[in-house]
Amino acid sequence: MNPRFRRYFFLISCAAFLGLFVWALHDLPPFGNYRGPYGDILNHVAVYERHVTDVVTAVNFDYRGFDTLGEESILFMSVIGTALLLRPQKKETEAPDEEEKKLQHAMDESERRRAPAASDAVRVLTLALTGPLIVFGWYVITHGQLTPGGGFQGGVILATPPLLVYIAGELETFKRITRQEFVEAVEAAGIFGFVLIGSLGLFARGAFMQNVLPLGETGSILSGGTIPLLNIATGLAVSGGFVQLIYVFLEQTLEVKLRVRKAK
Amino acid sequence: MQVLHILILSLVGVCGTAVVLTRDPRSQVIGLSFFGLVLACMFFVFQAPDVALSQIVIGAVALPLMFMLTMARIRRNIEEQAARKRQQQTKGGKVV
Repeated sequence: MNPRFRRYFFLISCAAFLGLFVWALHDLPPFGNYRGPYGDILNHVAVYERHVTDVVTAVNFDYRGFDTLGEESILFMSVIGTALLLRPQKKETEAPDEEEKKLQHAMDESERRRAPAASDAVRVLTLALTGPLIVFGWYVITHGQLTPGGGFQGGVILATPPLLVYIAGELETFKRITRQEFVEAVEAAGIFGFVLIGSLGLFARGAFMQNVLPLGETGSILSGGTIPLLNIATGLAVSGGFVQLIYVFLEQTLEVKLRVRKAK
Repeated sequence: MQVLHILILSLVGVCGTAVVLTRDPRSQVIGLSFFGLVLACMFFVFQAPDVALSQIVIGAVALPLMFMLTMARIRRNIEEQAARKRQQQTKGGKVV
């Protein structure tokens, strides 16, 4: 396949796609015109039925909560898969012999590899942001039933402070707060908590994910019954999963640094 | 459709095209990060703040980070191979 043929192939496919695309666009409902009944129904009943002010969260964690369990499992499985694929190989975990050590030393010393130390400005900014980000993450998680956001968004926000610690150059601290047993436990607790809270409904009313807890007062942080609890469980699972993901990727990149310390 | 909608949609189109047309992978990742941010703004303008929040962290931070780390790892592999080759050549007494 020569470049010229490839270009023609690309242009012809583009033209064909454009034709189909325009054809499909022609049949779309006009902008802002919503035809399905479910959205309108939910917009009207969610506040009265579930005492929540964010209908999106009510759908995600109550009306269609079972789907969220599936989505959370997808994330869980992809994190496990990535960790499995990127796990240190046998060759990498063995204590390096003399020759290997020399090689690594030579590579670490080489001018191109040496990462510049984090500047004071970067350190101050990242360390100053770490605390507020943890608070903000928990805020987004716990206020899912009141304002946009929830377990997924807050969970990812909670996973960024360890990354900031790493960017600040605090490698030791980074390793301490991303200790594998701890992160894995948080992730597993999140998934298990979600299933457990879902089963509450199964045992109390005979339907999985049924909202059985008292709904509370609309607009307060404790409103929505099981919704805030499910948000917290999701937040734990997502933040644990993302920290795990960041850790396995960094472990591959910083193999030398992490491994040489381990061998001591 | 309002002016803001048209503006943000064309910005998304321009940024997406720019990401595709960038040749250097490193610049491309930075462009991708910016594209993620613009996409988040689009979700916000179209009244989907929940999606916008997820998009900010996933599209603008997590995805570019994974790309960056993967590229760092690939570069490390190449350098390791080169260093090993050099070492073998000096050990064998050959002149490079």
